[in-house]
Amino acid sequence: MNAGAGGGTLLTLAGFFGVLSLFAIGGGNSAVPEMHRFAVDVEHWLSDQQFADSFALAQLTPGPNIIIVTLIGYHVAGIVGALVTTLAMCGPPAAFAYFVGGASERFKGKTWHSVLSRALVPVMIGLTAASAAVVVSTTGYSWISLVITFGTALTMYFVRVHPLWVFAVAALLGLGGLM
Amino acid sequence: MDDSAHAPRATAPSATSPHRAPAASASAQIKPSLVELFTAFAKVSLSGFGGVLAWSRRMMVEERKWLSDEQFNETYALCAFLPGGNILNFSVMFGARFRGAWGAVAAASGLMGPPLLLVLLIGGVYAHYGDLPLLRRALAGVAAAAAGLMLATVAKMARPLLRQRVVAGPLIAFATFAAIGVMHWPLPLVLAVIVPASILAAMVRS
Repeated sequence: MNAGAGGGTLLTLAGFFGVLSLFAIGGGNSAVPEMHRFAVDVEHWLSDQQFADSFALAQLTPGPNIIIVTLIGYHVAGIVGALVTTLAMCGPPAAFAYFVGGASERFKGKTWHSVLSRALVPVMIGLTAASAAVVVSTTGYSWISLVITFGTALTMYFVRVHPLWVFAVAALLGLGGLM
Repeated sequence: MDDSAHAPRATAPSATSPHRAPAASASAQIKPSLVELFTAFAKVSLSGFGGVLAWSRRMMVEERKWLSDEQFNETYALCAFLPGGNILNFSVMFGARFRGAWGAVAAASGLMGPPLLLVLLIGGVYAHYGDLPLLRRALAGVAAAAAGLMLATVAKMARPLLRQRVVAGPLIAFATFAAIGVMHWPLPLVLAVIVPASILAAMVRS
């Protein structure tokens, strides 16, 4: 945790995540690359490894993936940072959903609605793929971590198994000193 | 396509015309209380390990078969109308429909509250013991697996897109991936170019 996290840092957190929240098409996962770019490359709040850890811990926590921002906020500015970051990431979209959400129901079936939704599907898939690439790159490219990554990918693609089992096996492989 | 919203409910294959009845009876149902809204979303939230995208896809498409691949993608993209986490948007809209602004607050805090407390606890442990070799190694394993889980989710999402045999979709998906995932360009900039291009391509097709 950074010691000297003052009001300026909190403002940066609130500003960055508040704006980012409005660009997160299809949910928190698509914002992961931008979070990485800003938190690791621009602000140097976290190392690659800490970012990978935060992503893994967020995955281990039940609930929306977006909870990764809480960990980043906590890392940068403690409990207050965590709360500010979470509110900044959830507040604007929630307000948007509250005021606009009801109205969008009426537009279902309109031509422009289906055009827009068809247009957004490939963008959302591309963003999620980019997130996967960024997350893979933060895990460090050692041969065993790549084996675990692609082993998990193949398992989860072809076999219907609870993700927690796969996480448990991966943790054991790591503990076994293989990494 | 205005009946698509009710299609997920039609689980029984024998039902010939399932479109009207559910919509009519839905409004006559008992309104959930603020507490019920909170606990319902807390439950959804706490059962969603490994992220709600992978989890909700698994439940809706694979287990309950409420949605097909295409429907799931479409529903998900409809949520993408609104920025931010889909499940968060859903909780706000769902809560607001039954109990107004306070309903939205109850549902959203049910969704976000429990994981927030949990992740702070986990974050605290990590801040103190994150450098212990034992924990370090286990975490490295989980981090690699978490990345793999995401790859699998992407592959499953891309399947219906590739089935359509239209070049524009995969091309736009790949361009988005390359710009963000390989070039690491800023998200707002990339979206400002790629979303209009994708809308244009979709308009040409329709």
